[in-house]
Amino acid sequence: MEAVLFAITAVLGIAGGVGVIAARQPVHSALGLLLALLSLAVDYLLLDAQFVAVLQVIVYAGAIVVLFVFIIMLLRATGDAPRARTAVPPAAASVLGAVLAAALLTAALTVRTGPGGVGAEYGTVQQVGRALFGPYALPFEAASIVLVVGMIGAVALGKRAQVIAVARTHAAPGVRAPAPDAPAGRVAAGGAGERER
Amino acid sequence: MSVPAPLYLSLSAVLFTLGTVGVLVRRSALIVFMSVELMLNAVNLSLVTFARLRGGVDGQVVVFFVLVVAAAEVVIGLAIIVNIFRTRDTVDVDDVDLLRG
Repeated sequence: MEAVLFAITAVLGIAGGVGVIAARQPVHSALGLLLALLSLAVDYLLLDAQFVAVLQVIVYAGAIVVLFVFIIMLLRATGDAPRARTAVPPAAASVLGAVLAAALLTAALTVRTGPGGVGAEYGTVQQVGRALFGPYALPFEAASIVLVVGMIGAVALGKRAQVIAVARTHAAPGVRAPAPDAPAGRVAAGGAGERER
Repeated sequence: MSVPAPLYLSLSAVLFTLGTVGVLVRRSALIVFMSVELMLNAVNLSLVTFARLRGGVDGQVVVFFVLVVAAAEVVIGLAIIVNIFRTRDTVDVDDVDLLRG
């Protein structure tokens, strides 16, 4: 039963990964990523890591993929520009990928497996939480600082983007129409907007 | 653990390789970013597998921290990509070469 589930999730995960790097539309890449992330969540369940599986679904499949889809929508991003589809020639990339895969697979297949028996409460929220608030309490607090810094950084970058957008609207020669949300004073000032910059 | 650990590690290796190839081959910054996420997830699978092998929960705690850093990274990275798009009208990583000597 577990073997069948693992086979299904492995196939779906690899299919999702191929979808991420091969899809022409960014939205299809995001969906491939979602597929890979959900299959990995099932793998975590097979490995008795319930807490990580739930986190995977909520944080990755929920928050991060949704953020990606929002940004794709916001940017009206089309795929790669047609002039050259790839950054590195595909042949070179496949050779490099094959070498990397061979090295990683050799390491993976020669790993020594232990006895591998765990208790019934292994990987539950209680057990992970006890480790998180016990020996890992300090890194946990540092993680909260990382999240706050991320939030502040996103707000700061968003503000900057607004300023740039307004500046560009005013900088365009011969264009007097300001951004819809620009202050009314600039409209009346006309060319004064350019001196303000 | 009826599925042997090397199989999980092999799946992790394949996903990591796919992510690397994606970073090398694709030019849209968004797709490059998604490939990086794929690599992070491949490593997470390795960490969970090794935690299960050792019978300890430390690997899962590390996965938690990877998730936190990945979430912060996605937020900042996507904000930067939006900024680049607003100033240059492109998310092509080859076009953003202002620092090239």
